[in-house]
Amino acid sequence: MKYAFFPGCVARGGCPELYQAAKLICQRLGIELQEMPGASCTGAGVLQEKNEFLGDTLNARTFAMAEDLGMQIMTICSTCQGVMSQANFRMRKDPEYLARVNKELAEEGLEYKGTADPKHLLWVLIEDIGLEKLTELITRPLAGIRLAPFYGCYLIRPTDALDMADHPERLTALEQVIETLGATVVDYSGKTRCCGFPILTINETNSVAMVAKHTSDVKDLGADAMITPCPLCHLNLDGYQPKAQAQANRKIEMPILHLPQAIGLAMGISRQELGLQKHIMSTKALTLKVGAG
Amino acid sequence: MDVTVRIRRYDPEVENPESYWQDYPVALDGSATVLDALIKIREEQDGTLSLRCSCRSSICGSCAMRINGHAGLACKTQAASAIDGNNTIVIEPAGVMPVVKDLVVDFSLFWDKIRQVEPYLQPQGEQPEAEYIASNESMLHLSSVTACIMCGSCVSDCTVLEVDPTFLGPAALAKAYRFTADPRDGDSNGVSQERLEQLVEPTGMWDCTRCGECVAACPKGVDPMDRIMALRDQAMSAGLNNSNGARHAEAFVDIVGHSGSLNEALLPVKAVGITNVPGLISFLPVGLRALTHGKMPPLIHHNIENVKNVRKLVKKLEDPPLD
Repeated sequence: MKYAFFPGCVARGGCPELYQAAKLICQRLGIELQEMPGASCTGAGVLQEKNEFLGDTLNARTFAMAEDLGMQIMTICSTCQGVMSQANFRMRKDPEYLARVNKELAEEGLEYKGTADPKHLLWVLIEDIGLEKLTELITRPLAGIRLAPFYGCYLIRPTDALDMADHPERLTALEQVIETLGATVVDYSGKTRCCGFPILTINETNSVAMVAKHTSDVKDLGADAMITPCPLCHLNLDGYQPKAQAQANRKIEMPILHLPQAIGLAMGISRQELGLQKHIMSTKALTLKVGAG
Repeated sequence: MDVTVRIRRYDPEVENPESYWQDYPVALDGSATVLDALIKIREEQDGTLSLRCSCRSSICGSCAMRINGHAGLACKTQAASAIDGNNTIVIEPAGVMPVVKDLVVDFSLFWDKIRQVEPYLQPQGEQPEAEYIASNESMLHLSSVTACIMCGSCVSDCTVLEVDPTFLGPAALAKAYRFTADPRDGDSNGVSQERLEQLVEPTGMWDCTRCGECVAACPKGVDPMDRIMALRDQAMSAGLNNSNGARHAEAFVDIVGHSGSLNEALLPVKAVGITNVPGLISFLPVGLRALTHGKMPPLIHHNIENVKNVRKLVKKLEDPPLD
């Protein structure tokens, strides 16, 4: 299966380990990735605060590029997924709006025909590839490992733009993958809540308090690690956990895995290749427990 | 339909009060709502169960509570749609606000915040000779926000209020928008400058994480988060750009408009302001940790291919030529 690959800015910037782990597991799953070097940032919901039409136009531009390639888009970022889904939802339900967007794209010789259906790797796994295929590729099951899912808001809400009515399996996708990997799901109400990243530069105290809450909650439930399909959640839950520990005045030391890293571990890929040494919160105890050194 | 209703209970009048779960088996007909189930339990099994309810038709906003972990109106939720694989429905009091007894919470925090935004028209322009006139068109977009029934569902599930009770919160900010967007409020052009000046302060519009919980929780389509985004747009249009939030949004547009993708090393610097030395210093430990773990975003940021096309789009749509 071949997809137009939209890794998102963070997988190319602050989380290079996500990019490399995703490429490795996609290779094994038989997912071919066609890069789109001319695609822009989705706007991450921030640009949309200032100018939603501009944000939708930039996303339509990316969709048009994928249409020209004759491929559907795959991303590895919950935020990119959510922002693209919301833009697509607005354009597809309103042909006049789409025509206005296309007028802006015409200068570059692009037109978005409305056929894009961007999917996060998590959705590609459960909807297009199938968990049976993933099961076949598991050589090092994560038996005895307790993993706490953390989705990222944009992969959960708003449900209409994310097409949850037609795809209820998306609401439990992460748990399904965790079970397929042989690990045990740690269930808690924080799994679909906010990591705090969007207000990091605006109200750091609150942002860090959210990190402290979620990481402490899963720690108390005996989790070995959290697993997230969102690199922005990763940046906050991992990078700001030292501050969260100071704020909450307790040791948490919770490793935060990117979705493809957890899958890669179960596929027998090495700690180094998955970039697990690049985290702020050590993943060493976890990889030792898994038998990955 | 045989259902188990699992209720989070709390009685403040016992010695050492603590909340606990209690399960009630109840037989319901297929069209029963969650509120029907709760009333049936109270009338037939346990008269000590406390809850608020009145209209039973999603108008009064009394019966907001958490149903299977998410806030909503018990009277608007069909029991059949709320049961899990074991025919169980999990009921808890609304979040954020302190519990008085069982499913009854103290709304003081909710009302304090509504009062804080002064929820009444404050015209500041010249007084008209007769009544203030607002055209139908100018009021249409307010119809969804005036539909708020003050049930507190959005406040219950707000991820910011959960960690910081000083945040104005979704209900009050949506209410504030109801006035800033009203052509009769503010100056003769309908710009509510003073309100917006207050709302850009810390604990106001920029503290929202955009998590979308309030939109999911609202039973009336008020979509508080979308109103908060509209407030941000109004504030920036009114020239209120000297806040971390506004700088963050503007820096984001500048960076994407220049290189086509996000420069993570530059964004926080531009967002806190290049002259804000304490703000910049606060990033140092995090930056250093990232650097030593090989996670530092590249300092030399590469542009996307054919970036000139994105630059053109951003420039045109950010500064549209005057007709």
